[in-house]
Amino acid sequence: MERRHIQCDRDKCTGCMICEFACSAAKEGRFDLELSRIRVLHATPTLMDVVSCRFCRNTPCVKECPRGALSLDETTQTISLDKARCAGCGWCLEACPFGAIALDESTKTVIICDLCPSRDQPKCIEFCPQKALSLHVSAKGKD
Amino acid sequence: MNSCSGKYLIVDLTSQKTEVRELPERLFRAYLGGAGLGTRLLLEWAKAHADALSPDNSIVFACGGLSGTTAPASACHAVVTKSPLTGFLGSSVSSGLWSLALKRTGFDAVVISGAGSSPVYLFIDDDRVHFRKADSLVGKSCLQTEAAIRREAGDSRVQVASIGPAGESLIRFATIKDGHRLPHRGGAGAVMGAKRLKAIAVRGTRPVSVPDISAMQTACADLNARLHQGAVSSSRLAPSACLAADNVKCSLPARNYQQSIADGAGSLAAECVKREYMIKTVACPACPVACQHVYRVTEDPHSDDQVVLEKEALAALGPLCGMYHLPVILRALELCQFYGLDPVSAGVSVAWAMECFERGLLSSKDTQGLDLSFGSADGLVETIRKIGQRSSVGNILSEGVKRASAKLGQGSEHWAMHVKGLETVGCDPRADNSLALGLAVGLQLPGLNGSEASVSSPKDEEDLAAAGDSIGICPQARRHFRDFAAEAAQIYTLATGAPMNPAELRQAGERINNLQKAFNIREGWQRADDWLPPRLFKDAISTANASGAVVPEKDLKTAIDDHYRQRGWTADGLIPLEKLRALGMDDIQDMLKGSWHGTPPHTV
Repeated sequence: MERRHIQCDRDKCTGCMICEFACSAAKEGRFDLELSRIRVLHATPTLMDVVSCRFCRNTPCVKECPRGALSLDETTQTISLDKARCAGCGWCLEACPFGAIALDESTKTVIICDLCPSRDQPKCIEFCPQKALSLHVSAKGKD
Repeated sequence: MNSCSGKYLIVDLTSQKTEVRELPERLFRAYLGGAGLGTRLLLEWAKAHADALSPDNSIVFACGGLSGTTAPASACHAVVTKSPLTGFLGSSVSSGLWSLALKRTGFDAVVISGAGSSPVYLFIDDDRVHFRKADSLVGKSCLQTEAAIRREAGDSRVQVASIGPAGESLIRFATIKDGHRLPHRGGAGAVMGAKRLKAIAVRGTRPVSVPDISAMQTACADLNARLHQGAVSSSRLAPSACLAADNVKCSLPARNYQQSIADGAGSLAAECVKREYMIKTVACPACPVACQHVYRVTEDPHSDDQVVLEKEALAALGPLCGMYHLPVILRALELCQFYGLDPVSAGVSVAWAMECFERGLLSSKDTQGLDLSFGSADGLVETIRKIGQRSSVGNILSEGVKRASAKLGQGSEHWAMHVKGLETVGCDPRADNSLALGLAVGLQLPGLNGSEASVSSPKDEEDLAAAGDSIGICPQARRHFRDFAAEAAQIYTLATGAPMNPAELRQAGERINNLQKAFNIREGWQRADDWLPPRLFKDAISTANASGAVVPEKDLKTAIDDHYRQRGWTADGLIPLEKLRALGMDDIQDMLKGSWHGTPPHTV
């Protein structure tokens, strides 16, 4: 499968954070923006962007994990987490070049975007009122 | 498990002590949150007849009832205090990242009472509250304060609500900057300044739960789609479109209400949509509408000086002052943002001074050689700077037009455009007499441009507006609802888990209106206060339908009589005890007597 990730059209994004609400609702069952797998950055009042896992080809987070909790799922080209192994040490957070991994303080496990595999499309894309989010697909072997 | 956390925070700045109190669910249900809950708490925590700028007054920041959820345009909070401009209730709704952060601290409201002896700022870090010295922030603008506090905290999640130099020097229409815009009218910034409270920094990281999240999501997704569509089709409520529409209806107040149609309005509206000025429209959290129009202040594309232009500010700093050149208006607005001034009151004050100048009541000596005629760019910008610095003519204007005209006398009261002391701008009621009632009886703020929603009566309109301000759905989004009462009641039910029907929502709105009125009565409101500036009755304008249009005094009196009757109030506009009982508000009687302060019994 091709590598995919969520991308944001900065001109369309208004910074409303509805993607964060939708993500945390889908993944956590409550509106807990700290645990959203997608983050809106308000760099200035008019400049925003989103951050979520880019599923890097060289997977620095997987390499850095001391407990082997993270792995690259070859079929879906997403990062899978073995919760039982994760101790919340945060090394993957440090390794991630995009700052796309977060730590759930209550369970001491990390959280990463998984592109909502059980749905037609990720929740954030479905809910974005401005249609600013979309799925970026890169050809296999290339970026 | 519901969206209300059931706690509120009390901060006493005199003793630098804080206390967390339970917020009974019945209270939350009766007043919905936001403006309603804020007024209820203010009634408890502000001493009766306290001077607005004394430590006996309190200021309440209350989260909208739906804040923190995905309900459309719900990241709102109300700031409620006794207004130093009117001496009555000052309540305004703001929205943005600060509102959401406050909700996520786990407090539904923050009550701030007392006054510090030296400048402080408050840092609410989830449930921990810190008092921090603010000596180094004195004299800094809102944006500088925000940057300094965020740097000190070292976390970009920290959101800051702050006052500028205007609030510190107790300018009666100083505002609080807690989002991109400057929405707080009535001088809430001066109240914070009098308390020596420079800013409230907030970091909220807590979740907000609702009973059935998928039902909530589905209902909101539907609404979001419709609101987004409505906003796009009305060009996202562009300030320029509102201006042009009012001008066509001959209801655009120009040159301090001497005219209601302006030749320059068309070109000004055209300038507003130019890309060199307008950068982008941005949204508050959870809002599909995105109505905040961010403008670049200078023509330099790399400049960071940005302001959010709203139709009221545009009308007040533009046509009202005879100004039709957008860069000048934006420069004036940026100065308001720098000093922390309410741009509407500032614009109306300058317009009043301009008329005084043209009539010879203010000489060039008074203005230090400044040309204050209508349309003078220097006159507008420099006068706002002088207001912010409280120097020369700005010192008189910084008290608001009611006090300024009383001081200057010589008939200048005739063109002091205020209702109860609060400067007014918006649709001219002489062009559409049906707007006169709302403007005259407006409990805290005069009505702005007429809403398009279909409502059966002014009472119904007021009730729904109060309910909307309290559950916290932004007024800009409300107009795109199909049936606001039904849809809002449905979302409220989904968010709180306690069933509410449209009739109950309307009744809560009525209760809140009565509560706001009761507060004003406690502070000395009389029927004569529900009236309009004399110019609207005497000075005729030409409109599309009629030349020589005024607001007929007799008609307005009849309309007010009818309105009081509909509300179940006496002919003097007072609330009978039975009315309070019928609305389940018996418990506020003691508060209305004002005989005690600070230890309220919690019953509804």
